[in-house]
Amino acid sequence: MEPKKNALFVQGNHACFLGAVRAGCQFFAGYPITPSTEIAELCASEFPKMGGRFIQMEDEIAAMGAVIGASLTGLKSMTATSGPGFSLKQENIGFAIMAEVPCVIVDVQRGGPSTGLPTQSSQSDVLQARWGTHGDHEIIALAPSTIPEIYTATIRCFNLAERYRTPVILLLDEIVGHMREVLVEPPADSIEIWNRTRPTCSPAEYLPYRHTESGIPEMADFGSGYRYHVTGLCHDETGFPTNDPKKIDRHVRRLISKIGRHRDEIIEYSTRAIEDADVVLVSYGSSARSAKRALDDARAAGLKVGLFKPMTIWPFPEEALRLLANRVRNFIVCETNMGQMKLEVERIVGGKAAVHLVNTLNGEPITPQSIVDRIREVM
Amino acid sequence: MILAGLILAEAAAIYENKNATQSQSYGPEARGGASKSEVIISDEDIDYPKATNIDLLLALTQESCSKYAVDLKENGILIIDADHVKQLPKGNYRVFSLPILTAAQDKVGKLIVANIVALGALVEISKVVTSESIEAAVLSRVPRGTEELNRKALTIGIEIARAAL
Repeated sequence: MEPKKNALFVQGNHACFLGAVRAGCQFFAGYPITPSTEIAELCASEFPKMGGRFIQMEDEIAAMGAVIGASLTGLKSMTATSGPGFSLKQENIGFAIMAEVPCVIVDVQRGGPSTGLPTQSSQSDVLQARWGTHGDHEIIALAPSTIPEIYTATIRCFNLAERYRTPVILLLDEIVGHMREVLVEPPADSIEIWNRTRPTCSPAEYLPYRHTESGIPEMADFGSGYRYHVTGLCHDETGFPTNDPKKIDRHVRRLISKIGRHRDEIIEYSTRAIEDADVVLVSYGSSARSAKRALDDARAAGLKVGLFKPMTIWPFPEEALRLLANRVRNFIVCETNMGQMKLEVERIVGGKAAVHLVNTLNGEPITPQSIVDRIREVM
Repeated sequence: MILAGLILAEAAAIYENKNATQSQSYGPEARGGASKSEVIISDEDIDYPKATNIDLLLALTQESCSKYAVDLKENGILIIDADHVKQLPKGNYRVFSLPILTAAQDKVGKLIVANIVALGALVEISKVVTSESIEAAVLSRVPRGTEELNRKALTIGIEIARAAL
């Protein structure tokens, strides 16, 4: 009996671990929480064999702190959590944004609020991913739907974190985290790996928060002779706090624009059958699986339906959706929350089309039939 | 049983090159409570990962049989443990009542392999994958040193199913 070559039958959480390894992640700190625990388990058993480190911290907050510290020494670092832990990590995620520390935070969403539904699914952290930490900021978040997509998206999260010196959020949910599918790991040379830019100047000349042309300063590894100050306070190019209004304005604007001006490189989305569609489904993560099935069923019944599936949900693929809204009269957002992404779609569409919602809030996925029923209603 | 579902899906996906998904549901309890392993095998892409309108249900307890039989399609296959499921759900099913747990205990010698006995019976009745594929998948997943035990469990499962066919 010959098994399929290089094929693994793995959970989404396992694919996330494999993607992290491929991206070069060498440090995991966390506080295990369902439904993300398998990621921590795999890092605990495998990282030490590869020269990496796993540490279980005393709580979620400390785990996020450890991830930031490890990244400052030059290691690609990650943590994995679920809603309740994601809430606790928000303050330190803000610190990582302010101090420009690359890292990856995986949130395998479960039902909430509070401890909610530990073993069942939800997509109700979409806006927490965007605005969970205080202050004006940009954030990058990816929401894959299949096991191969999780593998690729995890690598991409590390790449984006490294290139833009920022925390990146991988937003999974219990369904895609725990389900198993075939993953064929692509050959190593077919995958692009990005690393942070390190300084080439001497330690004496090094400005840790220099305003470079790209908007992203070079990052020195702690312990390599480049001594600098890291703070959550507004700081100038030296890293020390400042109250100078000009410097503060310039600093905050750079933090935001370094993501905004690279949107084209950051944003990924896919479409299916939108060319002649009268109704377009907008969906991501596990719900996009239901939407794709609903699309195929609706098309088989002669209904002109398309799918717009953002992989990068923050920043949202705004321009592409706006163009679509010039022609399409009805959008149906399919998500397992009260309409968190629907708000964003409504904002972008700006009244040019009707925006509807198909959702569940009970831990169960959206059935394709309920989407088809809604398509018939709005058509 | 979650492992049995995983092995079945893996037999289809890795050893027969079909599309397959496996997912599971369980409650917040650390132990006890009903749990469910859902397997979809298809020649087409599998989008929606939950099993609806199911072709086959294997239930080893009364609770799981009563709870999950509602999803079984008309004339679907219902495999139950003869000693633990006494109350059959209403509906038109092809029922196979097999001594799965007893066979694991008495014929294989270890109750813990009841899931593999059940898997042997399931494959023999449904032919959803070949016996070669399921054996290869079982042997690749079980702990080293337990291969013979699990091979025997699979064979016993096939035998008790044959006796009922």
